[in-house]
Amino acid sequence: MNIHNIANHLNDLCDNSHTGFQFDCYPIDGDVEVLQVNIVGREEIPVFVSVTDNQILCISYLWGEDEVNQERRSEMFETMLELNIPMPLSSFAKIDNKYVVYGALSVQSSMLEIEQELSVLSDNCLEVIDELSDYLK
Amino acid sequence: MGILNKILTAFRGGANEVGQTIVDANSTRIFEQEIRDAEKHLTKAKRELTDVMAKEMQASREIDRLKRSISEHEGYATQALEKENETLALEVAEKIAQLDQELADQQSANDSFSAHATRLKELVRKTERQLTDYQRQLSMVKTTESVQKATATITDSFASSNSKLLNAKDSLERIKARQQQFDDRLKASETLAEENSDKSLHAKLAEAGIGEQKSNANAVLDRLKARK
Repeated sequence: MNIHNIANHLNDLCDNSHTGFQFDCYPIDGDVEVLQVNIVGREEIPVFVSVTDNQILCISYLWGEDEVNQERRSEMFETMLELNIPMPLSSFAKIDNKYVVYGALSVQSSMLEIEQELSVLSDNCLEVIDELSDYLK
Repeated sequence: MGILNKILTAFRGGANEVGQTIVDANSTRIFEQEIRDAEKHLTKAKRELTDVMAKEMQASREIDRLKRSISEHEGYATQALEKENETLALEVAEKIAQLDQELADQQSANDSFSAHATRLKELVRKTERQLTDYQRQLSMVKTTESVQKATATITDSFASSNSKLLNAKDSLERIKARQQQFDDRLKASETLAEENSDKSLHAKLAEAGIGEQKSNANAVLDRLKARK
């Protein structure tokens, strides 16, 4: 499993997607190959996919530390912890100064599972921003 | 320092220098070497264990044989005594004493093999546990490294394409607005489709002479004549 298999699969899906979403994938070159997956209609919040030895990581950026209303920061943390389990398939994390939601899959996952992961992650992302925007500036 | 702490330190240090490889590639290599060494030790310990267990089995077979031989010779000695052949009985007794000594030697060898096997089993278990732990830690380090590199890649890509990740609220607003626009358009086209189907029905009715009729010149003339 590598990002190119995933890209080819998702780009070829067109109207045959199981999730009702259409995907546009762009591999990004770098030290680690990353796939930028844009969901049509939601291009502002892409999902980034990378494949390591034993897992497929799907990450979406939520907001930067600079967007957080610092007075309500700990309240935001608490809400994130509380939402972490109910939120299907995804979890909260922080990379550098950015808050993210991510999902990790086994490298043995099927394409259908990857497709579902991406669509659920995207849905979660929109919902989280909607729900937690009170904590943002 | 535990592995999680090291990772946290690496992450926090890295926050200032995006794009730099945070987890030292060299330390990862050393770690991988440690794992390979541990695997080698494990293979060696397992081979040794097999060897020792084989020797233990051999010794215990030998013990059984000696015990059987001793009781056999004890029988002979008793029979010789019954036949009052003191000389023969003494000779057999000497043989028994020799067998006893052999048994004692074999028993102590067996005990030492058993102890060694137990020690080796414990060592194998410990090494296996340690190996699993090393592998888990390495996987954590590698994932950290990969996520950091991926983040650097993403950041670079956005910087070079002059686009930037929008802030969360704006992104959501745009997506919602687009969705709303799509919904509106869908509704509009539905309304339009309804109207069109209304129109075509009216046309069919008119053609069939049903419903409101279009006025024509004759009808106008008729109306004017009627006014007179």
